[in-house]
Amino acid sequence: MKTNYELRKDFSIFENENIAYLDNAATSQKPKCVLDALEKFYKKYNANPHRGAYNLSIKATEVLNKSRHRVAEFLNARFDEEIIFTKNATESLNLLAYSYGMDNIKSGDEIVLSIMEHHSMIVPFQKVAQAKNATLKYMYLNDDYQIDDKEIESKITGKTKIVGIVSVSNVLGTITNYKKIIEKAHSVGAVVIVDISQSIAHKPFDVQDADADFVVFSAHKMYAPLGTGVLYGKKELLEKMSPFMMGGDMIEYVYEQSTSFAPLPNKFEAGTQNVAGIYGLCSAIDYLQNIGYDTIYKIESSLTEYLLKKLKELPFVKLYCTDNLSQHEAVVSFNIDGVHPHDVASILDMQGVCIRAGNHCAQPLLRYLGVDSTCRVSISFYNTKEDIDKLIKALKKVYEMFMKFKNNQR
Amino acid sequence: MDQIEEIYSNIIMERSMQAYHKHELENETCSAHGYNPNCGDDITLHIKLCDDKIEDMSFTGSGCAISQSSTDIMAEVLKGKTVAEAKEIADIFVAMIDRKPITDQQKKLLKDAVAFQNISNMPARVKCAILAWKTLKNKLDEL
Repeated sequence: MKTNYELRKDFSIFENENIAYLDNAATSQKPKCVLDALEKFYKKYNANPHRGAYNLSIKATEVLNKSRHRVAEFLNARFDEEIIFTKNATESLNLLAYSYGMDNIKSGDEIVLSIMEHHSMIVPFQKVAQAKNATLKYMYLNDDYQIDDKEIESKITGKTKIVGIVSVSNVLGTITNYKKIIEKAHSVGAVVIVDISQSIAHKPFDVQDADADFVVFSAHKMYAPLGTGVLYGKKELLEKMSPFMMGGDMIEYVYEQSTSFAPLPNKFEAGTQNVAGIYGLCSAIDYLQNIGYDTIYKIESSLTEYLLKKLKELPFVKLYCTDNLSQHEAVVSFNIDGVHPHDVASILDMQGVCIRAGNHCAQPLLRYLGVDSTCRVSISFYNTKEDIDKLIKALKKVYEMFMKFKNNQR
Repeated sequence: MDQIEEIYSNIIMERSMQAYHKHELENETCSAHGYNPNCGDDITLHIKLCDDKIEDMSFTGSGCAISQSSTDIMAEVLKGKTVAEAKEIADIFVAMIDRKPITDQQKKLLKDAVAFQNISNMPARVKCAILAWKTLKNKLDEL
């Protein structure tokens, strides 16, 4: 089993930057093998897939097809064509809102989301609800930042047609009870979209075992290049859906006034795809599976435990997360008494510590929690105890700075 | 550490902790709302205009130390100025932040707001510093 100190050496950025990078929930750093894959694609395979009759274009097409197979395997999808490449979870969710939501939601129907959803889930489905005169409902949290069974039972009803749920909250780190939610939704005939953007870097996801209808994630949060994302959909659902974006490669015949569309998966992949990025995504999957999710879990859970212990020792820190570590994953939100999170983040930055501050694209959740913004730390297996010690030292400095002035006022 | 003190200078820290002009304003003649969606700074400027003069100004809202102190200092600097003078000073402030050349005479007009001259060393926070000034300028341009 490799240690975090050994794995850290796979990431060139840490050779150049002496930083504690603790914003992995926003995007992860990229290992050398992923950077090498990008270079290799452009040096050896670069051509427009599906277009050319020449050998190089066929190679690029093969890269795309093999990559699709690799991702299907990774998620345990039944068919390769259940995997649609997008640029991120946001595009995947917009595709679902427009191609599934707009066609299947009718007046009086209900769409149920958790209050923990990212704006990329909330805003597109708000648009669907408004356009179709449907109701958008939210599942709220108990005191332990979890959606309990009672909430699931009462919100998902016979009127529910679509349910959207994150596997892990990007603000609270809560591991949701998505299996229970899928079960309930299916019992009333609704489809479920699971956003696994915050869990896939930490835990595998089996689409068949979960019986999820649609799954989305931003691959750049799991060590793949920026601009890569995935949509999984059950084949029978994707086949019935109309295309999202129109253009090259997603058509069969185009006449002056009408068009017939290509079968899956091309129907949903208009225009030239980011094949180099997708090739990099496959390399990221290889990399993760070589380390092994068990090893990743061991490193990250012990770091998260250490982080929480250290944060709890600071009396001026208010944490927003469950004490139940089995329901918590690698993301920790907190605030410093009397200091705005943006000031915290800026002053940490000046001390070489990168964290996120703000509303984390989850304004409804923050409003529900009664806060304007939070500081957020998110862990990867390449982080170290030293990163966390650096964070804690820097947080103490922030508090001291502000307290000095507060006391002067008296 | 020098960089921290250069940006979070004494005056910025003091004014963010104890803003003199953070309150509602009786008899306000107009108000203006400013918001930074990325960071959540949210301020409302309360302005009392008498003829062409800013007789009084205050603000309410919430945000980081940079946005709060910048708003408070702006209210102080612009109180008693004519609309034309206030617009000119707001433009000078934005020019200073953008690192455009400004004369010593222009700098004098900024008074305590000069404290924000190094904020461009921290590009992520420029928006916080200029929020109040842009909000005011937009409002005065409407008049």
